[in-house]
Amino acid sequence: MKKLIAVALVIVLCLSLMPAAFADDLIKVGVVNNPPSESGYREANVNDFINVFTKENGYDASFFYSIKNDEQLSAARQFITDGVDYLLISAAETTGWDAVLKDAQEAGIGVFLFDRMIDCDPALFEAAVVSDMAKEGETAVGWLLDQKLNEYNVIHIQGAMGSDAQLGRTGALDEQFDKGTMKKVVQQTATWDEAEAKKIVESVINSGDPFNVIYAENDGMAKGAVAALDEAGITHGVDKDVIVMGFDCNKWALRELQAGNWNYDGQCSPFQAQVISDMIQVLQGGGTIEGLNENKQIISVEKGFDAREITEEDILTYGLGEDVTVG
Amino acid sequence: MNKRKSKAIGVLKNSQLLVPLIAILLLVVFNLIRDPSFFSVGLTTNNNGDPVLQGNLISILNGASELVILSMGMTLVTAASGGQDISVGALAAIAGSVFVKILKSGGSISAPLVLGAFLLCCAVAMAFGAFNGSLVALFNIQPMIATLILFTCGRSIAYWINGGATPTVSSPIINAIGSFIPGIPIPTPILIVILMGILFALLFRFTTLSLYIQSVGINQSAARLNGINSVGIKLLSFIILGACCAVAGMIGVSRLGLINHETLLINIEMDAILAVAIGGNNLGGGKFKMIGSVLGAYAIQALTITLYAMKVPSTDVKAYKAVVIVLLVVMGSPVVKEAVGRLGTRLRTARRAGAGKGAV
Repeated sequence: MKKLIAVALVIVLCLSLMPAAFADDLIKVGVVNNPPSESGYREANVNDFINVFTKENGYDASFFYSIKNDEQLSAARQFITDGVDYLLISAAETTGWDAVLKDAQEAGIGVFLFDRMIDCDPALFEAAVVSDMAKEGETAVGWLLDQKLNEYNVIHIQGAMGSDAQLGRTGALDEQFDKGTMKKVVQQTATWDEAEAKKIVESVINSGDPFNVIYAENDGMAKGAVAALDEAGITHGVDKDVIVMGFDCNKWALRELQAGNWNYDGQCSPFQAQVISDMIQVLQGGGTIEGLNENKQIISVEKGFDAREITEEDILTYGLGEDVTVG
Repeated sequence: MNKRKSKAIGVLKNSQLLVPLIAILLLVVFNLIRDPSFFSVGLTTNNNGDPVLQGNLISILNGASELVILSMGMTLVTAASGGQDISVGALAAIAGSVFVKILKSGGSISAPLVLGAFLLCCAVAMAFGAFNGSLVALFNIQPMIATLILFTCGRSIAYWINGGATPTVSSPIINAIGSFIPGIPIPTPILIVILMGILFALLFRFTTLSLYIQSVGINQSAARLNGINSVGIKLLSFIILGACCAVAGMIGVSRLGLINHETLLINIEMDAILAVAIGGNNLGGGKFKMIGSVLGAYAIQALTITLYAMKVPSTDVKAYKAVVIVLLVVMGSPVVKEAVGRLGTRLRTARRAGAGKGAV
């Protein structure tokens, strides 16, 4: 009986080793991410990793999605047990990862963080590819200053208070309000809710306060704001009464830019897979990764689009989500 | 004449409508003092060249539409089951997603297609309502727990229906539903609310539904012994709420021609329950007055618009809202009502005693 069990165990062991033997030349990668249902941004992010880490590109990739930190942690442990070569993580929460990352390091697994940082010793990961939300705000406000308006009366519609995107996109504008270069007509949170954004702009219109800029911290809220303008008969867009600014670069929003109904849309790039893939190739070739900042980060390059300059190619390359179908 | 007046006051004092009416009155007075032109309504021309009404009053009535419709349905569920449905926002997101999905399936958006899309999203929402209702009515699960299921997964289902993050639709018909019908200066959502109100009024006038719901809510077994199908009545109330969710979802989507499953009518379930409570309805079921919930819903929206108009800092909005709501709820509590009643009686006897002395 004991012999039988031993034989069975050996067979199981052989079987379990077989795929590894076959997939020898592929780089095994485990990706822990948030679920695509979170947002259009996340959907694009998830697809980006699926499209880059393919067999054709020399990867054997497994994916795990959860919005819960503990589920992500156990998935990461499972990937370490499975013996992946690289672990790619976009953490749901910034804390609690130290033990897992140490395990990975001991197992000789290279860890890359993307999209979201983790509070830990930078020695525990190879590099982090992240967005700088504050820079997004600075780029947008810089563009606004370049418009050289005679006066800036800004309606500022904020996202959910305390979220990374809200803090980053608010910071640069607050600075202008404090300096006095721009006048704050109203600053209110719509918690990313399009309909709420419309109500906020309605209330400004009803109060009769003059304004000429709408700075909405995402595309949906910009659309809500524009709906309020349309109902009140206020013109908006290129060379019109009110400048409309949004963020996230949804395809439908970029189409609004193309049509001249909006003026500016800031990008929050979800495309980090290629950068990580390039770094993995460097490590595989025995090289060291260069171009990191003091926190071992690489900041994604983010664009802002001007309605007067946007091209069809920009929309197809950088637009998120599905394209507009004309009904 | 004096007698009739005091009788009217007496009716109002005992009426559950007192609290929502006082709430609205306070908000009106407060706003008039703050800015006398707050409620002025003007006629402007929108970007399509049609005349439209504009002003804070219109914003309040228009913006509250979804909440009013949901609180109508919520009143029935509360009365019949003695609990609340916390999945209305999620269900409205599902209904809105189905609505958009159908609209995008055909080539061009025509009136029959919009009608078909609405009927289908209504059917889907009523089916989900029946699911909630059967958990409550057949399996005797607490309504809040039963609807927690759909509350948790509803927006994921909506995402799955959308198949993408935020599909958009644009068509003059959709614009007419969510904004203005060309030539009619009143926002369409307000007209839809009026229509829903008339429907419910007719339903209560010509059927025994209202009576049956109240009797099931007051004592389920007694109602059953009297030949009322209490399971069926509870189920029906959830199905009606489902239809309300479909209408609210359709309005929400049509306002901007965009469905965002994460934000469409987010957190509205709490406001709907609050509207029912401010309306003086017993959250434990039984007797109800739908008009109370409707007034409660308008009071909540008036509060939001007031805070926007006051330019309250975004970090403080919720705190302000909470303070007002605490005041309203305490004002409507039986303890306060009783104390006020006692005070009134004492004053009256004192006055009568004073008048008696004067005569001597």
